[in-house]
Amino acid sequence: MKSLAEPKKWERYFWPILVSALFLALWHYSVIWTATRIFPSPLDVERGMAELLRENVLWGDIADSLRRVAIGFGAAVVLGIPLGLTFGWYPPVNQVVNPTMQILRPISPIAWIPVSIIFFGVGDDAAIFLIFLGAFFPIVVACVDGVSNVPSVSRRAGRNFGLAPWQLLAKVVFPAALPQIIVGLRIALGIAWLVVVAAEMIAVESGLGYLIIDSRNSGKRYDLVVAAMLLIGLIGLTLDLGFRRLERIKSVRWGFRNES
Amino acid sequence: MEPFVTPAAVDTKLRVEHVNIVFDRDGKSTPVLNDISLEVGDGEFVCLLGPSGCGKSTLLSTMAGFLSPTSGEIKIDGEAVRGPDPRRIFVFQERGVFPWLTVEGNIGFGLFKLPRAERERRIAYYVKMVGLEGFERTYPPELSGGMKQRLEVARALAVNPDMLFLDEPFGALDSITRLIMRGELLRIWEAERKTVIFVTHDIDEAVQLADRVVVMSARPATIQQIVNIDIPHPRDISSPRYLELRDGIFKQIGLAHKL
Amino acid sequence: MKQAGFAAGDKVHTYKYLAICGKDYLRYTSALLNRPSLTNIKILDANRPSVLNLFVWLRPVAFIGVLLSVWQIAISRHTVHLLPTPVEVVGGIADLVQHGLLLKYVVASLFRVTWGYVLAVVLAVPLGLAIGWSRRVEMAFNPVIQILRPISPLAWIPIAILWFGVGDLAAVFLIFLGCFLPLLLTAINAVQSIPAVYIDVGRNFGLRRVDLVYRVLYPAVVPQLIVGLRITLGIAWLVVVAAEMIAVNSGLGFLIIDARNAGNRYDLVVAGMVLIGIIGLLLDLGIRSLERVKSFRWSYSED
Repeated sequence: MKSLAEPKKWERYFWPILVSALFLALWHYSVIWTATRIFPSPLDVERGMAELLRENVLWGDIADSLRRVAIGFGAAVVLGIPLGLTFGWYPPVNQVVNPTMQILRPISPIAWIPVSIIFFGVGDDAAIFLIFLGAFFPIVVACVDGVSNVPSVSRRAGRNFGLAPWQLLAKVVFPAALPQIIVGLRIALGIAWLVVVAAEMIAVESGLGYLIIDSRNSGKRYDLVVAAMLLIGLIGLTLDLGFRRLERIKSVRWGFRNES
Repeated sequence: MEPFVTPAAVDTKLRVEHVNIVFDRDGKSTPVLNDISLEVGDGEFVCLLGPSGCGKSTLLSTMAGFLSPTSGEIKIDGEAVRGPDPRRIFVFQERGVFPWLTVEGNIGFGLFKLPRAERERRIAYYVKMVGLEGFERTYPPELSGGMKQRLEVARALAVNPDMLFLDEPFGALDSITRLIMRGELLRIWEAERKTVIFVTHDIDEAVQLADRVVVMSARPATIQQIVNIDIPHPRDISSPRYLELRDGIFKQIGLAHKL
Repeated sequence: MKQAGFAAGDKVHTYKYLAICGKDYLRYTSALLNRPSLTNIKILDANRPSVLNLFVWLRPVAFIGVLLSVWQIAISRHTVHLLPTPVEVVGGIADLVQHGLLLKYVVASLFRVTWGYVLAVVLAVPLGLAIGWSRRVEMAFNPVIQILRPISPLAWIPIAILWFGVGDLAAVFLIFLGCFLPLLLTAINAVQSIPAVYIDVGRNFGLRRVDLVYRVLYPAVVPQLIVGLRITLGIAWLVVVAAEMIAVNSGLGFLIIDARNAGNRYDLVVAGMVLIGIIGLLLDLGIRSLERVKSFRWSYSED
């Protein structure tokens, strides 16, 4: 009803490309008009990107960032899901723990940097710890919400068929909460990707975040700064798309009917 | 099928002339309505009856101006329909009420052009008419399905339209509430004499309510038959004439009415 | 009335039972619904004696107490005394109050968050609503938005400093960036998930474009927008702390990094973290109270 006709097939490519091109042109010409020496134009960035690729540092940095995210996020998943399910399953436990979580949650993972450096020194472990912190709380909260939103009808049906409590958790409650948990995981992965860049700018000496801060500090190479930012955007987008594929698996898709 | 001609005494309100509708999606075209012609008299109660998904709702949306026909034309009062109009209100299943407005707010939704006093008078009148007194300040999520349905009918009537389009309005209600609602609708219709086009897939409902029942075929929909229901209201649903008409439609659709 | 005895989950049974009552059905549902609603029965249920309430409150507090004492004992048993004990943290906060720094830093952080956040809300929400209204416009902007979104706002720090220098403006810019895209996406999604019925009803009653936006579109997106606003405020609070650690010389983030660099005052570091947590929690509670407004509280899942 909003736009009267369905967009045609060619429009699906035409409009995005047009706007992206306009965006690049605007960027390019505002660099020329303002006659800035420091800020790069899209062409400079493209050259910077090519330079990074030639020097082979890029793949190492990307691998470092991805490795930290994988470990930190993985640890948050492994610890967060069981804890969240437990809290959701036993409301009294949740009631006891919740206030503590609510105070810890709004503390920026970045604010933990000094503390994590004490614990782990400057290096990978510190960065991984920060990513873990950033991803952990959203996962726990998503699990608690997911479990407590399971309709009581489902639980009753499960009990009616004579399932033991742990079977009920594994066969009814977990699958029923899964769509919400997956949304939580996706959000947490997004946060992990934000945190790794920030952590690398402060706490370690490799990775895409370090590339940004290093390009700026050693010689104001802003073309490399923007190139690295675009790479961060692209990789983050790829991670997100990969995760969205999970949501499309049939057995979890029922929860997302209304979204598409 | 030639268009049904209404008795000369009654003015023609709505005229559907050779309407075709073809949906075009992803390069595949699906015909939905196939050469529909129909006339509805002023103040008449007409039911469009057909199997689920046959396109009767599409026909109704087209009459209301939400869709435009691929070919053919729909005229109301001699004027071609160009879009939705507050003179004819479409009543959706109860999902059309606005959850962010109270009962009063919903009924007053279409009355924004009226002065305040007049608006309040009308709201009070229609709250009473559909029996929602005491719920004026209640929000829809706290109402039952039947109450939401009555609320939506009240909102439609409040702007004093000459036509009502009802799209399976009682489909989501339980059978007892549905019976009560049919009675209420007839009572309101007899009091206000609007032209009513009512879409349903329930044969009993159609025969209980309508002056005429338009029986439609499966997709692409054509008009199979138009049945005159010549029983005065209130209708005795065990009378031989009622059963005869109902069974006729059952047969027309190709259903045996024995389980 | 007896209905207070029903648990929330028994709604279905009550309904069926009443249906059997036939013509009295409407009268009964009305009576039932008149007590303001079935959902309120749960609330009645929660009204336990106040002694029990006190106990319910006591447990989480006791849990925090246990955590704090574990922390205290763990530190005091350790020979390397780098991390502060809870008592020292309290001392640190008192120190800050004495020097008048507490209020100054808190105000500085809140000031930046307010500006960055408000600016983002004012720009992103109308823009998002406009983009979401048309499928084509949404399609057109999607790639740009999707690529910019996963870039950490902190990755913009070099550019922020280049454009605005070290200072408040740079921090406000970073917060604005951190909030803008999430809000934009929320607004776009909110418009797109409005059931078409609502728009149809609005058009049917003869609303012109302006009225349609004001009386249908806007109220229909509010519940989703509020959720987005809450999440985004959380992001703003995360970003300000990080931005202050790098780009400015005041605020709670600066407190943390400064206390560490200038003499390893870890009591002040942790004091800063605790303050960040508490203020973040208060902000969240504040915006949650918006969700309780009745005309905002419905959601589509109802049907």
